[in-house]
Amino acid sequence: MISLNHFLVVGALLFTLGLVTVATRRNAVGVLMGVELILNGANVNFVAFNHYVTGGVTGQVFALFVIVLAAAEAAVGLAIVLSIFQTFKTIDVRHADLMRE
Amino acid sequence: MEPHANLQVVGHAAEELGRLAVHHVSYLWLIPLFPLVGAAINALVGWKLQKLFGKKIVHRIAVTAMFAAFAVALRAFWQLLHLPAGERFLQNTLWNVLTAGRVTVDLAFALDPLSMMMVLVITGIGALIHVFSIGYMADEPAYWRFFSYLNLFVFAMLLLVMGDNFAVMFFGWEGVGLASYLLIAFWYTDPEKAKAGMKAFVANRFGDFGFLAGLLLLFWALGGAWAPRDGFARNLDYRPAAELNAVAGAANAAEADALAPRVDGVKVGPTLNFRELRDQVVIEATGVKEHLANTQIWGVSLLALIGILLFVGAMGKSAQLPLYVWLPDAMAGPTPVSALIHAATMVTAGVYMVARLNFLFALSPSAMGWVALIGAVTAMFAATIGFFQYDIKKVLAYSTVSQLGFMFIGVGVGAYWAGVYHLMTHAFFKATLFLGSGSVILGCHHEQDMRKMGGLKKYMPITRWTYLFACIAIAGFPIANGFYSKDEILWKAFTSRHLELFGAPAPWLGPLIYAIGILTATGTAFYMYRSYYMTFTGEYRGNAGHHDEHNVDPHSAVAAKASALSHSVHADDGAAHAFGLDSHAPSHGAVKLHAVGHAAAAHGHDAHAAHGHDADAAHGHDAGHAAAHDDADAHGHGHHGGTPHESPWTITLVLAILAAGSFLTLFLGIPAAWTHTAPLLEHWLEPALLAEVPFAHVDHIWEYAFQGAGVLAATIGWLAARALYKDGLSDVPARLKARFERAWTVVYNKYYVDELYAFIVLKPSVALARSLSRFDGSVIDGLVNFVGAIGRFLGRFDAGIDKYLVDGLVNAVANATWGFGRQLRHVQTGRIQTYLYGALGGALVVVLLNFLIS
Repeated sequence: MISLNHFLVVGALLFTLGLVTVATRRNAVGVLMGVELILNGANVNFVAFNHYVTGGVTGQVFALFVIVLAAAEAAVGLAIVLSIFQTFKTIDVRHADLMRE
Repeated sequence: MEPHANLQVVGHAAEELGRLAVHHVSYLWLIPLFPLVGAAINALVGWKLQKLFGKKIVHRIAVTAMFAAFAVALRAFWQLLHLPAGERFLQNTLWNVLTAGRVTVDLAFALDPLSMMMVLVITGIGALIHVFSIGYMADEPAYWRFFSYLNLFVFAMLLLVMGDNFAVMFFGWEGVGLASYLLIAFWYTDPEKAKAGMKAFVANRFGDFGFLAGLLLLFWALGGAWAPRDGFARNLDYRPAAELNAVAGAANAAEADALAPRVDGVKVGPTLNFRELRDQVVIEATGVKEHLANTQIWGVSLLALIGILLFVGAMGKSAQLPLYVWLPDAMAGPTPVSALIHAATMVTAGVYMVARLNFLFALSPSAMGWVALIGAVTAMFAATIGFFQYDIKKVLAYSTVSQLGFMFIGVGVGAYWAGVYHLMTHAFFKATLFLGSGSVILGCHHEQDMRKMGGLKKYMPITRWTYLFACIAIAGFPIANGFYSKDEILWKAFTSRHLELFGAPAPWLGPLIYAIGILTATGTAFYMYRSYYMTFTGEYRGNAGHHDEHNVDPHSAVAAKASALSHSVHADDGAAHAFGLDSHAPSHGAVKLHAVGHAAAAHGHDAHAAHGHDADAAHGHDAGHAAAHDDADAHGHGHHGGTPHESPWTITLVLAILAAGSFLTLFLGIPAAWTHTAPLLEHWLEPALLAEVPFAHVDHIWEYAFQGAGVLAATIGWLAARALYKDGLSDVPARLKARFERAWTVVYNKYYVDELYAFIVLKPSVALARSLSRFDGSVIDGLVNFVGAIGRFLGRFDAGIDKYLVDGLVNAVANATWGFGRQLRHVQTGRIQTYLYGALGGALVVVLLNFLIS
């Protein structure tokens, strides 16, 4: 029988993988993809808690919000990456350091 | 004779004298104003006017000012003439200058018969000398400066004689000293002339110190002695000190006047005002005279001390022994200055002062004795120096000193009017002589050495006749004014019996002074005729181009060179040098101007190259003069070679007027023995010269005899000079000179008085100055430097603290902050992932802590 804990472990794994991806990726698109993983880890938690603990649809609705938010975030993020590429001819985040110093 | 007996005689005569009646008028200030305005205009904008309108405007301003002053003086004279003799006193107060307790000083002018005469002489003869200067100074580039100084001098001199009180008089007294200094050192680029100016100023200052001391002593004597003072007798029954102290609290002149103590309506007590002084001294009832006569300081009569101190001032201004030394040196100034200041006006200031204070001097036979004795000795001393001088102006200078000695004999023995009369006659004939010598000097191309003159009567007839007439006047022949004044003085000297020396009666002094005087008169005639014969008779000995450089002033040197050069131009073949001008002139602008200026005189020769070559040295340094020489050569003395010439009409006219004056003024002093009435001038001066001094009564026959002796003395002097110097033929002077070489040298070198002064005064003061300078350099400077070194050390120490401690701390803080920030900079990498690690690390720590704590 699949319990709440299984979902939570999957959510935690997704979150951790996303976090690691964000922290270690040098490719800006990779970083954005890590952010997607983190958001989806959160979504799993929302849905799981809604199903096993509270009932109703509040969690599902929140998950939908997060998906929309993730889409918007991806659009804005990709636009920034495009802009970075135009400026630096690369999307390596280490090189986008003009505001240093 | 007891001194007291004398005083009683004086007192008896003065008993009838009352207070002086005063007529207040409002125009006297105009007299000194005109010269002041003239001086101011020329001093402030003269250079501009001269540049814009030429020299004419400058002398027109100055001469107009003089004649305007003379006109106002005549107006005042007219008014005085129409007043009764006893009331001839015009007074004009402008404003109160200061009131300090008992001292009130007004800017006020007064004219009494004495100062009226002086004002007429100053403005009248002064105006003539201004006119003379037009011709004489025509070559001078700083024309405006000269006329400004002349007017300034006249202004100061008018203050001196017109001042209603000692303060105004003293202002003028110093002012004439200043103007004299400025004018003597007029050609200040020549160090000798600048030195002569300074010498005059310093010698005068020395005399002024005596004058001032005398004034202060007099002031003190009038008031100070009333109040009880240790060691001095107090005249208890005269004035309570309280009354005088009340005056000391007055706030303004009117209050001081109202509070001043009075006896029978006569203001008594200390005063600077001549009239108040005169009133309280001459009016017996005030007791002032008695008080002054009885007061002694350290065993010396107070009055004698005052008189002698005042006379020290007169010695300086009027060039008496031993302060006469500046006057001969003052001849370095332009000749009109010598005539105006050093013959006609300023040098008579001392005589005027003694005459003005006659009522004081008459009270002290001792002071009078000294005045007369020093006058006599000076007269003799200066005359002997005059015997052997070759510089025509030097002869006149020593003659002036000698004649001033005569004036002091006059005022010293109590013949005040005679002394003042001699002052006036001297102003005329000595001005004539000086201006005549100026004319001669001009005619001879600024030559002053009589050995290089001679035969000038052919070339300068007017100058010669006027000079001769002035010689007659000064020698003392009865056809000119000098006889009348000089013989009156000598006669009065002979008959005076009341003089004292060192407080002891000296009845023999009068006859002794007479003896000295008559000998001096002989000498006067001798040296004056010597100068006349050396200058005007015989052959002309001067050759242009061979000038004695010592006697030539820098401006005339140029003229002399130029005339010499024009000869060389004539001698040369002009054509050979025809192109010289082109090659040389452009490089020497001044020379070119000069050379062009001479083109007309050089009879069309084109040989200006000679100028270009030789004149370079002479002109190169003085471009301005060369230019001036060309544009305003009124008499053109640079243009004809070596022959002397008569001076322009402005000069000869003035000479003629002055000579006429020397004749006409004799009518003012026809002796009483001839007419049995007092001479006009004596009568005129009577109200001002009120002191009556006793003279021995001698029969008129004797007076005739003495007048005969005077004429005889003059004749002897004249004949001796004629025999020795006429036409320059006699070789006796040279033989005598060779025979008495040593004596001649001593006298020729003026008895080495200047050297004596250098030894007694100059050397010690220079030595003192040197030692003080050394003291200053070693001790004072050492101390100052030591203190400075301490300060410097402390400063260094303080700087060290500041630098290393305070700055160190501040810098350390700054450095620490800076370094810390530098280290922290590494933390902020700008990489989001680094921060993320931080956040993760932080979160981990929080989680771990959560587990550990709970």
